[in-house]
Amino acid sequence: MPMRWWPLLNEIWVLFRKDLLQELRSKAALNAIFLFALVTLTAVSYSIGSFNVAPDMLAALLWIVIVFSGLSAFAHIFLKEEEAQTADTLKLIARPTTIFLAKWAFNVLLLTLMLLFTVPLFIGAFNFTVYHPGLLILTLLLGDIGLATAGTIIAVLIARAARRGALFSVLSFPVLLPVMIIAISATKIAFRADPTDLFISEITAMLSFDIVLLTASLLLFEFIWND
Amino acid sequence: MLLETQHISKRYNRKSILKDISFTARPGHAVALTGFNGSGKTTLIKILTHIIRPDEGGVRYHLSGTILRTEEVKQHIGLVGPYLQLYQELTAFENLQFAARLRQVPHAEKRIGELAEEVGLSAHLNKRVHAFSSGMQQRLKYLFAILSKPEFLFIDEPRSNLDSAGVAWVYHLLEKYKQDRVVVFATNDEQDLTYADEVVAVAK
Repeated sequence: MPMRWWPLLNEIWVLFRKDLLQELRSKAALNAIFLFALVTLTAVSYSIGSFNVAPDMLAALLWIVIVFSGLSAFAHIFLKEEEAQTADTLKLIARPTTIFLAKWAFNVLLLTLMLLFTVPLFIGAFNFTVYHPGLLILTLLLGDIGLATAGTIIAVLIARAARRGALFSVLSFPVLLPVMIIAISATKIAFRADPTDLFISEITAMLSFDIVLLTASLLLFEFIWND
Repeated sequence: MLLETQHISKRYNRKSILKDISFTARPGHAVALTGFNGSGKTTLIKILTHIIRPDEGGVRYHLSGTILRTEEVKQHIGLVGPYLQLYQELTAFENLQFAARLRQVPHAEKRIGELAEEVGLSAHLNKRVHAFSSGMQQRLKYLFAILSKPEFLFIDEPRSNLDSAGVAWVYHLLEKYKQDRVVVFATNDEQDLTYADEVVAVAK
């Protein structure tokens, strides 16, 4: 049977719009992610002080701020449905694939907003030159997609688990680690004045990881959601 | 149009909740599920509506001469139950519009207006659900369930949180729906049971 794209896209949009409307009214995830980003960034910039930090170290620090801020908000996306007892309502009226894609799109948006806020502040706080801004934007975009995908699939696992607690950080660490390592490596290149030959392999690795993770998450989601 | 359940069993932590439940519901033959608290009525309703899976047995939905596939079933189901909540941050209208768009209800705004008028919620459509009383939320849950005119309607505790006017409206709905749709409801109320054509006792 041929895939009918329009109803699928429409369903994703309706679900995404619902999450957006809820978030604009409660601001729960927005507050969490922005406050966490601000606090982490302040802590990092104060602890480093006026030391002259190498681009390699800056790249690692930037991604630590991004990943930890993201972790504070990702779990919220499915947890709120379980806690408000709307998960079964959602199960009855929407397909698992569209639910996953709408939640994933919402997490991508949330992380993008956080990046737009955090990255300029980070560059300003450490007062350094980004030699290849285009490469940095591409790295941030692919890292954003990878983190949001990992965050969304782990979020549903946590929401379905009886004992949630600190599970999110524990479970997401092994999934997020490859994204972090490649993103840090690509960001180092964007921060340096050197030639950018190595960048292609880093970007290819990030893109491949994003595609594999998104495909695997889409295939796994229905089993986790309906279990 | 037919709902057929065959030998449904369910266990939680090795404890049997449902054992070998079979019945058939069709238009003109509404089924009531009864049983003491904790007997598994809600679990059975969740199995019937594909929210959870049985350990044994199955549920078949027959519509227009074919058996519906699992992914098709949800488009034809309406469910009202205390465990199904609406979105508290959204208005009543936004909740109904959300359901209408996902179920592709034609002329949704007109239908929402008509239904809201019927249950006395017209003046409250633009209020957020968290400001609703439990009775108003229950009425809204009914609207959410019947908005797309589902062929299969499931109700867990039909009178829950409703005043006498609300109960009268629900009985009118049961009477109307059971004529040409499949209706299954879970209750222990004697008056509710008068609307059933078959009573299935759910016991462990």
